[in-house]
Amino acid sequence: MIIAKKKPIEEIIGEVENFDRILILGCNECVTVCEAGGKKEVEILASALRMNFMAQGREKTIDERTLERQCDHEYLEEIRGDIDKYDAIVSLACGVGVQFAAEKYLTMPLLPGVNTVCLGANEDRGLWTERCQACGSCILARTGGICPVSRCAKRVMNGPCGGSTNGKCEISKDVDCAWQLIVDRLKALNKMEDYEKVAPIKDWSTDRAGGPRKVTREDVKI
Amino acid sequence: MSALNTHSRLEKILKAGHLGVTSECGPPRGSDAEEVKKKGLLIKDYVDAVNVTDNQTAMTRMSSLAACIHLKLLGIEPVLQMVTRDRNRIALQSDILGAASFDIPNMLCLSGDHQSFGDCKSGQNVHDLDSMQLVQTVRYMRDEGKFLGGDAIKRPPKIFVGAAANPFADPFEIRVPRLAKKIACGAEFIQTQCIYNIDKFKEWIRRATDRGLTEKTFIMAGMTPMKSVGMAKYMKNKVPGMDVPDEIIARLAGVPKDKQAEEGVTICVEHIQELKEVKGVSGFHIMAIEWEEKVPEIVQRAGLYPRPQV
Repeated sequence: MIIAKKKPIEEIIGEVENFDRILILGCNECVTVCEAGGKKEVEILASALRMNFMAQGREKTIDERTLERQCDHEYLEEIRGDIDKYDAIVSLACGVGVQFAAEKYLTMPLLPGVNTVCLGANEDRGLWTERCQACGSCILARTGGICPVSRCAKRVMNGPCGGSTNGKCEISKDVDCAWQLIVDRLKALNKMEDYEKVAPIKDWSTDRAGGPRKVTREDVKI
Repeated sequence: MSALNTHSRLEKILKAGHLGVTSECGPPRGSDAEEVKKKGLLIKDYVDAVNVTDNQTAMTRMSSLAACIHLKLLGIEPVLQMVTRDRNRIALQSDILGAASFDIPNMLCLSGDHQSFGDCKSGQNVHDLDSMQLVQTVRYMRDEGKFLGGDAIKRPPKIFVGAAANPFADPFEIRVPRLAKKIACGAEFIQTQCIYNIDKFKEWIRRATDRGLTEKTFIMAGMTPMKSVGMAKYMKNKVPGMDVPDEIIARLAGVPKDKQAEEGVTICVEHIQELKEVKGVSGFHIMAIEWEEKVPEIVQRAGLYPRPQV
């Protein structure tokens, strides 16, 4: 799923300072699961903003709403009837949701309430870690199911580099060396002979390097 | 391995069966070329070629290629170090041609320290290719006379291609297979990480020799003299992938502070003398970090002077 992190409240206050009627818009998908932008976080942010402005003696309307998804026309349409009630929307969806809402409501200021971090997994309670960078050309079959693009700080295709120590990456003792994990997996799979196959130079044109990406499926188009 | 592919003196010396000796110069953090020239001239007659580092530890410095040109113009043979951290395949190929236009005959292909160690922590890294793929790229440009895109190169680069190996990084069991991969990619010489754990290095090179790898490439053992016990502790604890046994630290700590540098040089000389006898060792890469003036003494005391004329 998409992992996001709440923006510092001071930053959000700065962004909404000049608006009087604000909608805090949550999303019921990934950001709910990673506890950054679901219904609960909408409530917390709205309360914090109310208290802040109340303490300053300023009156503002701060409403709350959470949609099923913000990356889908159908759900974003649900707020069309109420849109004129607001001067700005703080979206707690990922960057996709914020943009999709902005495209739909052309004259409405759309402010992000979270920082979108990565594509990751919920590794433990309160711990989300990156697993994929959407390079557009998956090589996991060759690397024991562990991704060197997203999990190696140098995205080394033929690793590990010389900085791997005790299973950790040279950038931090808190980061696993992806290539240590790959080697461990290849060993477990009894496929160490695969380690010596040289990974070819990667075609990055399917990555962000190739420009904004799109998937078109004629077979599912209406 | 006898036919020469380039005009590199380093290649000639290694292929003639001599123990090769290289050292390194770090380019300055400024535009004064005198610094790099001075370092080069200090060691000129004691080594076969001089590596020029490429923004080592991710600290921004004068470009490796420019510093190589300064050395080359003084009659010193450079080894151009190139990391994949900062340049994509267009820039890498372009710099390879730039180097070849000055007849810089050697290159060492590296991935480079992560930018978080340097002065541009918030910068991007590139890693379009990795170090092995860079080795493949140089070999392809030289041997096939083509760009990666397939077009022919007018006057292809004649460059003797090297790669680094760290016998001490983890996991240890893939260190030799990884060397095999680098050789399969076309690495003609290998310069290793600084060696302090002699036993572990011997085990690594024995395994490499058993697989016939030392017949396919020239392994130059990396040597860095310790200036002090403080440096030894720093190398042990702070430098990624470095293996400094406790007895080295104890030996340096056992002499008075003003004698530690001398002891460090002596340890380095003893290590070279020991490794000279080890099967599979083709030479030494002496990295006296900001201590280039010690290289002549080390080379002489280790019995590697005078350098062969080829």
